[in-house]
Amino acid sequence: MTAGNTKIASDQYDRRTMDWYIDKFMQLLMFVCGISAIIFIISIFVFITIEGLDFVIHDLDIGEFFTSQYWSPSDEDDPEYGILALIAGTASVTGLAMVVAIPFALGTAIYIGEFSTGKKRESLKVLVELLAAIPSVVWGFIGLSIMNPLIIKVFDVPVGLNVLNAGIILGLMAAPIMTSIAEDALKAVPDSYREAAEAMGATRWQVIFKVVLPAAKNGLLGAVLLGVGRGFGETMAVLMATGHSVNIPHSIFDSVRALTATIAAELGETAVGSPHYGVLFTIGIFLFLITFLINLTADLVVRGVRKG
Amino acid sequence: MSEARVKLDIRDVSIYYGDKPAIENVTLDIKEHEIFGIIGPANAGKTSFLKAINRMDMFTTNMEVRGDIYFNGYDIRKARNIYALRSRIGVVFPLPVGLPLTIYDNVALAPQLSGIKDKAELDIIVERCLARAALWDEVKDRLNSLGSLLSGGQQQRLTIARALSQEPEVLMLDEFSIAVDPVTTMRIEDVLKELKSEMTIILVTNLVQQANRLADRTAFFLEGKCVEIGETEAMFDGKVEHQRTLDYIQGKFG
Amino acid sequence: MFEISEINKRNQKTQKLFQILFMMMTVLLIMPVVAILGMLIYKGGSIISVDFLFSNPTNGMTAGGIFPAIFGTVWLVAVALLVSVPIGVAAAIYLSEYAPDNWLTRIINLAIINLAGVPSIVHALFGVGAFVIFFGFGTSILAASLTLAIMTLPVVIVASRESLQAVPLAFRMACWNMGATRWQTIRRVVLPNAVSGILTGVILEVSRTTGETAPIMFTGAAFFLPFLPQSVFDQTMALSLHLFVVSTQVPGVPEDLPYGVALVLIAMVLIMNSLSIAFRMYLRGKKKW
Repeated sequence: MTAGNTKIASDQYDRRTMDWYIDKFMQLLMFVCGISAIIFIISIFVFITIEGLDFVIHDLDIGEFFTSQYWSPSDEDDPEYGILALIAGTASVTGLAMVVAIPFALGTAIYIGEFSTGKKRESLKVLVELLAAIPSVVWGFIGLSIMNPLIIKVFDVPVGLNVLNAGIILGLMAAPIMTSIAEDALKAVPDSYREAAEAMGATRWQVIFKVVLPAAKNGLLGAVLLGVGRGFGETMAVLMATGHSVNIPHSIFDSVRALTATIAAELGETAVGSPHYGVLFTIGIFLFLITFLINLTADLVVRGVRKG
Repeated sequence: MSEARVKLDIRDVSIYYGDKPAIENVTLDIKEHEIFGIIGPANAGKTSFLKAINRMDMFTTNMEVRGDIYFNGYDIRKARNIYALRSRIGVVFPLPVGLPLTIYDNVALAPQLSGIKDKAELDIIVERCLARAALWDEVKDRLNSLGSLLSGGQQQRLTIARALSQEPEVLMLDEFSIAVDPVTTMRIEDVLKELKSEMTIILVTNLVQQANRLADRTAFFLEGKCVEIGETEAMFDGKVEHQRTLDYIQGKFG
Repeated sequence: MFEISEINKRNQKTQKLFQILFMMMTVLLIMPVVAILGMLIYKGGSIISVDFLFSNPTNGMTAGGIFPAIFGTVWLVAVALLVSVPIGVAAAIYLSEYAPDNWLTRIINLAIINLAGVPSIVHALFGVGAFVIFFGFGTSILAASLTLAIMTLPVVIVASRESLQAVPLAFRMACWNMGATRWQTIRRVVLPNAVSGILTGVILEVSRTTGETAPIMFTGAAFFLPFLPQSVFDQTMALSLHLFVVSTQVPGVPEDLPYGVALVLIAMVLIMNSLSIAFRMYLRGKKKW
């Protein structure tokens, strides 16, 4: 702090020091990593399209692809590439899963968010978080080894690997994630709303049904959409619990096969570049686009609640 | 004193947040080794003014500075290495910020960043700066505890010590006494009087009497405009050009 | 004086009813899982032994241990972390410290959400197309780990960004005022105070990566290998895939074997997860400012 260092040539503020260059370099590096997510998501689309392109150009009949229920891509003489039954399989399992998951997820979210406080709330949240962590292959194994015999016994049906089994499994898988997001949405409703309603003499459940739920509507819808997306994209659990037979289900006791599971089961047996290989990648493109759309919608819906 | 070198030359500076002006057409110069007081009620644009001087506007969204600011005759808008510029201009804002580092590192950080690695040299700087900020006696036995866990008043003195550690040519203080008790305020005021021989000090204060005690010259800001600048003594003797200045000094509004 | 009216009484009854209903739902959601965990321990607990954990499978995987699968999973997770943690933390730093509020940032956020939402089997297809075929890594630990890394990148980014943003802006301002560059500020003040939160996210990622199956099926994990991998260009067995294999692909497996594998897998995942949660709670209790 001695006087004398105050005489500093003004070009000091023009001279770029090592620290200045390091700073600029790091900024560039962080930026590149920052946009890596964009690069990756585009790469995913590009690479699966490259692998599926040959099939899309030469063999794909879009009409047949979406409307035919015959799936026999490995047939050497007359391969059939209809994914209608697979879509039906995915849709039925996801649909049942939502029927199971939505009430439980919302109910649990309301219980945690509105009726629990302090330690109880914390431990319930931790428990939900742990449920969400159970790997899908373990869920599949549970469907296979625990749910399967249980369903056969309880409902007296010949096969326990079916829509019911996979739907329940998938519902249990999706519920924790939906609970977390729904609970966030409830928490985002300002306490002043609740206080205002309670000041007017409304009871707790009136406050929840008339004030909190409508206010959190968008966030809850977002939670449901993300649950649907998750169910749609789930692979191992549906591969192991659906029974894996190409079939348009007529009851919840029918075995089905999902889009994702088809890829998982058949990719290993195909030759790279063959039409069968190509059609699996084409299903991949379809799955990518559908989940992209679901996630985009969910994001827009949830963002809507933040703005409003 | 009137022949002293001009340290900061501010020409026709306006500051906008979007379309809203915070400061309009301020022109003034601040001389080497003076304490330049800035007084005025809230929202007079005093803090924005300080931010413009060390180019913190680039970290504030929406903030736009027009006009010219010369530091040692050098146009700060042209600086390509603004970090070097900023290290010459220290600033203490009203809310104290003890960084979540040890007390020692809080003060040693700036010297370290400027390249000083010698432990003994750093020790000397840390002790001197803490002593000047009237904090050394209280913390000398726990230099390794977190600076962010000190009391508000201690954190403010730590902030001042940190600002001194970079050996600035200009030290800007923005209502530093808000978080400090009166006794400590007086101690720091004494330190500022001493520091005047080493650096130029800009003292933004909401306490009119503090400006009277310390400042050589004082500017009165009101609603984004610099109403008048004058020798502090004369100003407090009532020799003002504008009635509102006198009203403010006498506490008729504020 | 404050007599409770009939309506109020009825309202309170309804409220109690709803509270019980919601509690039942919570219990019903959690109960099956607790039951399943109990079942896994009951049926698979007996097979767990040091020998089971540290020896090779024998007799066409119908007997013996699961060491190569555990070993392989550790490899896969470690290589995946090596890639995703630096990129993820840097991306989080960009988003928290540099990114302006503009369209590009919104697209980045959308990309992160989608990266997390794309089905795992689509990630597998990407891994096959990009790493196995295009970059020529073949089916190898490298290809599988890169696929896992990209898939779990959002976990690291989101957790890191959150803990970086928890560091108050005032600390950055104080550093900038001293003439510190943005990077010096990040390195000396922001990052050291966010590192524990980032670590929590990394542990969470380890747990996620450990359980993933579909992405590694065709990119690097093998049903059965008689030897341990020597480098990242080798294939490997993996615990998650091993569970799939012994429970669906191999005939004549004794019942307790897949239960044992499932138990080990879920134990690894849940222990990691609990660790992450416990760590987070510990940090929340520890005040630094």
